[in-house]
Amino acid sequence: METTYYIYNLIANSTTELIAAVIVAIIPLLFILPYALVAIYGELKISAFMQDKLGPMRTGPYGLLQPIAEVFKLLQKEDITPDAADKPLFNIAPVLIFVGSYAAFAVIPFSSYFAPSGLNVGIFFAMAISSLAVIAIMMGGWSSGNKFALLGAFRSVAQIVSYEIPAAMAVLGIAAMANTLNINTIIESQSGWFWNWFLFGGQGGIEKIWVIPFTVVMCVIYFISSLAECNRTPFDLVEGESELVAGYATEYSGMKYAMFYLAEYANMFVAAALITILFLGGWSSPLGDILNGPIWQLAWFVIKTMSIVFLQIWVRWTLPRIRVDQLMFVCWKVFLPISFVCFLAMALARMVQ
Amino acid sequence: MTTKEIFDTMKQYLGNDVIEVVTPDAGDEYIVVNAEKILDVAQFCRDFDEFAFDYLTLLSGIDCGETLGVVYHLFSTKNHNKVVLKAFVPRENPTLHTVERIWRAADWHERETYDMFGIVFQEHHNLIRILCPYDWEGYPLRKDYVAPTEYHGMPV
Amino acid sequence: MNETKKIIEYSQIDSDRMRINVGPQHPSTHGVFRAEVEIDGEIVTELVPHIGYLHRCFEKHCEKRNFHQIVPYTDRLDYVSSMNNEWPYIMAVEKLAGIEVSEKVEILRVICAELNRIANHELCVATFGLDCGAFTPFLWLFRDREFALAILEKLSGGRLLYNYFAVGGMQKDIYPELKKDIKAFVKRVRETVVEVNNVLTYNKIFVNRTANVGILPKDVALSYACSGPVARASGIDYDLRKNEPYSVYNRFDFKTSVIREGEERHGCVGDSWNRNWVRVLEMEESCKILEQAIEILPEEGDVTAGIPKKVKVPKGEVYAHAESPKGEMGYYVVSNGKDIPERCRCRSASFVNLACLPDIVRGTMFADMIVILASIDIVLGDVDR
Repeated sequence: METTYYIYNLIANSTTELIAAVIVAIIPLLFILPYALVAIYGELKISAFMQDKLGPMRTGPYGLLQPIAEVFKLLQKEDITPDAADKPLFNIAPVLIFVGSYAAFAVIPFSSYFAPSGLNVGIFFAMAISSLAVIAIMMGGWSSGNKFALLGAFRSVAQIVSYEIPAAMAVLGIAAMANTLNINTIIESQSGWFWNWFLFGGQGGIEKIWVIPFTVVMCVIYFISSLAECNRTPFDLVEGESELVAGYATEYSGMKYAMFYLAEYANMFVAAALITILFLGGWSSPLGDILNGPIWQLAWFVIKTMSIVFLQIWVRWTLPRIRVDQLMFVCWKVFLPISFVCFLAMALARMVQ
Repeated sequence: MTTKEIFDTMKQYLGNDVIEVVTPDAGDEYIVVNAEKILDVAQFCRDFDEFAFDYLTLLSGIDCGETLGVVYHLFSTKNHNKVVLKAFVPRENPTLHTVERIWRAADWHERETYDMFGIVFQEHHNLIRILCPYDWEGYPLRKDYVAPTEYHGMPV
Repeated sequence: MNETKKIIEYSQIDSDRMRINVGPQHPSTHGVFRAEVEIDGEIVTELVPHIGYLHRCFEKHCEKRNFHQIVPYTDRLDYVSSMNNEWPYIMAVEKLAGIEVSEKVEILRVICAELNRIANHELCVATFGLDCGAFTPFLWLFRDREFALAILEKLSGGRLLYNYFAVGGMQKDIYPELKKDIKAFVKRVRETVVEVNNVLTYNKIFVNRTANVGILPKDVALSYACSGPVARASGIDYDLRKNEPYSVYNRFDFKTSVIREGEERHGCVGDSWNRNWVRVLEMEESCKILEQAIEILPEEGDVTAGIPKKVKVPKGEVYAHAESPKGEMGYYVVSNGKDIPERCRCRSASFVNLACLPDIVRGTMFADMIVILASIDIVLGDVDR
């Protein structure tokens, strides 16, 4: 789509292409940092609301400065590298995990006028690059020289690799329905009123109604799988506090720990953004052409994505943690067969069209 | 069943392994048994149908001056009977057979009694200190115990 | 065919085992319990418990203090249910010295013990949920526990360690709004228990995590002399309040919450879910007792009148026990006729219940070990003394 590179072209026309590339690459970072602060604050306040308490109230009005205070606290902490650690790997891991989640932002379109990159295989790229987290977690867990960290890393690898399959099935289904791997095209094929979203079976008349249950189920499967990939409760057994202390992050402190923390929130956003793109029409307005300008698209995108993030937080503070064998059971014996069936139905819907 | 009735029945079956019933000025009566035969007595107490003492409430050591004692508080969940057995062992070389194979609850209680009084329970599968550090010296609850002034160079 | 079978057979897999120390500093060992765990992948093959990190020489101290002075020490054993620790000790000394107490004192003691029982069970259910990863019910229950502690604070002056029971009476009289406070508290507890049941106890994930995990069969429980909710979940009908009604418990109408074969709601007899369920049920029973107790609690009468300046105890020995929230709490007090006891041995419920842990943990998953430990409900002050 010609408008995807609107901002890039705007900058490149007045300066050079290199500067434009750098600025476009930095924009998501400028988004992540405030987003992480908002998400941390939101997590604190939402959990406080659910738990019948006030949450942070002392730092600034209604505790608004709490996330900033926490960042400063982490910055001040002593940066410890244990003696038993494999130092290079130990130090690279937190950077790598952030690289993984940040790289996924390269293909996330915030509006029809801005996407850092309009890759033809964007959705495939996002799936692939966010799996980089596995390597980083394994590196961090193994190089810490701590048994709890190692156990956490083992679990993490098994978990993320397994849950990628149902998630990939969901992506495949959408790719089949949209007939493309390009994120912008996927979003465009959901344009119009909200019943054109892939959550409700995509474009088509009343005869598409039979496929709606399958797409809804697929969306739920993708949501749950993304929770597992982000290591959020009820799938946080990677860092399950009551068992493994802090899992792969046991030995990390200070800024390195903050990187893991930041990567977790960035990952949450990426997962939520992918759900928005695949099932909820991305940046397109739910009201057809009403309120569908570039800025409105940005607003719609952020509203939809943050609703999913809210859902993730809500789930986290409601459910207990599941056990590692149950985790595998749910993935291989429940999600995988169901997602195959749903995929078949979605492919059929495409063929009928 | 009163303690006296229990004593009479035990006397009938076990002969001289049970020695006497003691009634103190206040509180519970207890039966003194032969420390060398404690395993037989315990086995009988658990398996004899009229007693069925299947529940070892408490096993404790006690320092009686010249001798050390081991006290067994038994309870039957079937008949709701209670009895207190006492076995005395000499202060020098206090040994007694373990009853952990009869009531598994005795395992940790015996370790604690060993820890505090130095009473050695023969054939106990894992008779090591439980509450004090593994390398502690002396038996703290004996009346003649003198508390050490330092432990591993640290003042106590 | 034979070949393939051999490969997937679990015992044939040649894998290294890993020994890890869970504790003494670990979020879910409930204090300073240290478990040396040998795991094969995720499966616990052996657990060696090490205790004693919180040993404070309770029994040695008792041999240096007179009968009144020991009461504050008993508070510090199981520090989340201190009232219930004091009671059996007071009972033992009163039995030895032949002291009778008035009806008001007895009923007030029941009220204190039951309030403390609810507080303890709320803490236990809360931390059990927390160990399964559920944080929200944890805070709901802690919020309510605060109200129980507030009532006990108004009564005794202490929030956690009360020193409220005394040989021959109570340290302070009741305050005027006690009945109103307890009524409000009981109402609150019932509301929260319903909420917590919906969010946690009946939650599918929670049931899958805890049901059929850590099964303690009846005969093993009996052999280990387990008591309290641990024994009752295994089907042993052993509640001292019913079996040997001490104090005035025979005047109250309540049930013992025993899980019997065929009556279990989830899981099976003796598993972790049912141990937790017994505690949930017991909260309701305690509420019933509290409601009845405030009806018959006399306003008049001085509860401090019967406390002797110096306890005169004849030569003798006694074992007195009471149903504490964790199980049977008992003291074996030997007196030689002096002011100071010759021996004061404490049977703490946590110590005895914990002994069965290595047996029931073997062969379960590592995450289950934490659940089982939490379901036994230990307090290290009580284990180490």
